Amino acid sequence: MRGTEIQSLAIAAILLVIAFCLPYYGSDYLLSLGITIAMFTVLATSWALFSGPTHYISLATAAFFGLGTYTTGLGFETLPFWALILLAGVLGAVLAALVGLATLRLSGVYFVIFTLGLAELIRQVITWGQNMTGQKGLYVLTDFTEPNLYQMLVVLGAVVFLTGWLIGRSRLGFALRIIGDDEVVAAHSGINTAQAKVLLFMVSGAVAAMTGAILAPRYVYIEPSLAFTPLLSFQVVIMALLGGVHRLWGPIVGVIPFTLIWESISANFPNQVTLFLGIVFLVIVYFIPRGFAGLIEKWRDWAKSKEAF
Amino acid sequence: MSATVLSLRGATKRFGGLVAVNNIDFDVQERQVMGLIGPNGSGKSTTLNLISGALKPTSGAITLRGSSIAGLRADTITRKGIARTFQLVRLLPSMSVEDNIIAGAVFGHRRRWGQRAHDDAQQLIEKVGLGGKAHLAVGQLTYIDTKRVELARALASDPKVLLLDEWLAGLNPTELQVGIALIQSLRDEGRTIILVEHVMDAIRSLCDTCVVMSSGTKIAEGTPSAVLSDPEVIRAYLGDDDA
Repeated sequence: MRGTEIQSLAIAAILLVIAFCLPYYGSDYLLSLGITIAMFTVLATSWALFSGPTHYISLATAAFFGLGTYTTGLGFETLPFWALILLAGVLGAVLAALVGLATLRLSGVYFVIFTLGLAELIRQVITWGQNMTGQKGLYVLTDFTEPNLYQMLVVLGAVVFLTGWLIGRSRLGFALRIIGDDEVVAAHSGINTAQAKVLLFMVSGAVAAMTGAILAPRYVYIEPSLAFTPLLSFQVVIMALLGGVHRLWGPIVGVIPFTLIWESISANFPNQVTLFLGIVFLVIVYFIPRGFAGLIEKWRDWAKSKEAF
Repeated sequence: MSATVLSLRGATKRFGGLVAVNNIDFDVQERQVMGLIGPNGSGKSTTLNLISGALKPTSGAITLRGSSIAGLRADTITRKGIARTFQLVRLLPSMSVEDNIIAGAVFGHRRRWGQRAHDDAQQLIEKVGLGGKAHLAVGQLTYIDTKRVELARALASDPKVLLLDEWLAGLNPTELQVGIALIQSLRDEGRTIILVEHVMDAIRSLCDTCVVMSSGTKIAEGTPSAVLSDPEVIRAYLGDDDA
């Protein structure tokens, strides 16, 4: 391991401890903001693990997230919570594998549409199932407090960052970078491209499902339109792109400002949030295609070149 | 008598009504350099694509050391020991020269990772003449250097058979001499190579044997000097009047 790597690991560990201890020094408002930020950090980072290198835009986050919340919703009376989180992860991975095998041979826009449709399909199926049984939604009544859920999310976030860092150093990570650059070259270098993509998609799906499982108790009452809201998928994509998907730490620098602005807009102008979403998307496309992470790197290079003269 | 490494029997590829490759047979012996030549559109590149797995044959058998590879996926065929370069150079734009070459070493026929892959890439960089350019971005390279990178990537997996699809095309006369010398050095170290080529100088000096294709069919096979004086071959290239 090189010196710079040890340094960034140490910084990451310190930031993590500060984040983890938020409930001990922050106000309730800060904590609730913290949960939202932690949730989107986990979702956007795991989304970028797959979509960053492969350039496949997945809109299935809501499908995995909803699957997770329903795992908790249906199982919290029979299974311990930690088992539900793991179960949600397994179910998310299985769903991702099925979707992946069916669609990752598709490329570009077909994949996007399929993933969007998938979330809607599952939502409709559950709604239909509830109509048949006469139920409306599920109550998730547990003893977990906001600090508990927040800290679970931070731990999950740490696991995601560690996983992403390990994948980045592994053959799988290298294979995905090759696939992202040129899939034909990847295949002719001996990479089973479908397998590599499905594996990463499973990681991403499992994490989104686990996030849903952890957050279910916070909602207290869950129903399909809440658990499978397509808005969630779009928010995750835009936050990740805003931050930059070519670096592991990219999404988080998108999540924090986005969440802060989103919160203040939805508090003051609740009808304008989708307008905000659209504007951010335009800004990304026209001005910062590589996100804040790209900007930060550009400034750093610029500062370095100034120093050189 | 040396062993047959690669053999095609009745290899055929149809695109709808067009038969791009029609019932092709040939064998490549170990340590042989075989030229696959013919006019534009005669099916040379398609034949190469059938061997590398970029396309699946409609019918026919392709065997690598006796085991069938016809219709397998490109990645499987690569791992079995066939590596290639592309007619239009394909590099990995986000990576350095070195990583482009390592890409060929990690998942291919002979697999290395970490320090080992790095060391082997360094050797290949020297061998193909890219010394000192390991950390350049591929966008900064001259045309011949991009070709060198692609060749090194193909060599990195230590393939049993190397397929070069017009590797010498587009080089200027000086570069061409360098390029021919480079392939000559691969030949001298005993590599088995199939090259699709238009440059006649290269074919004469590099190939042990040639297969000539025209309109998807094999029209001649033999040593370069023999096939290039074959009236049938001259007719295919230049038309009836010159035959």
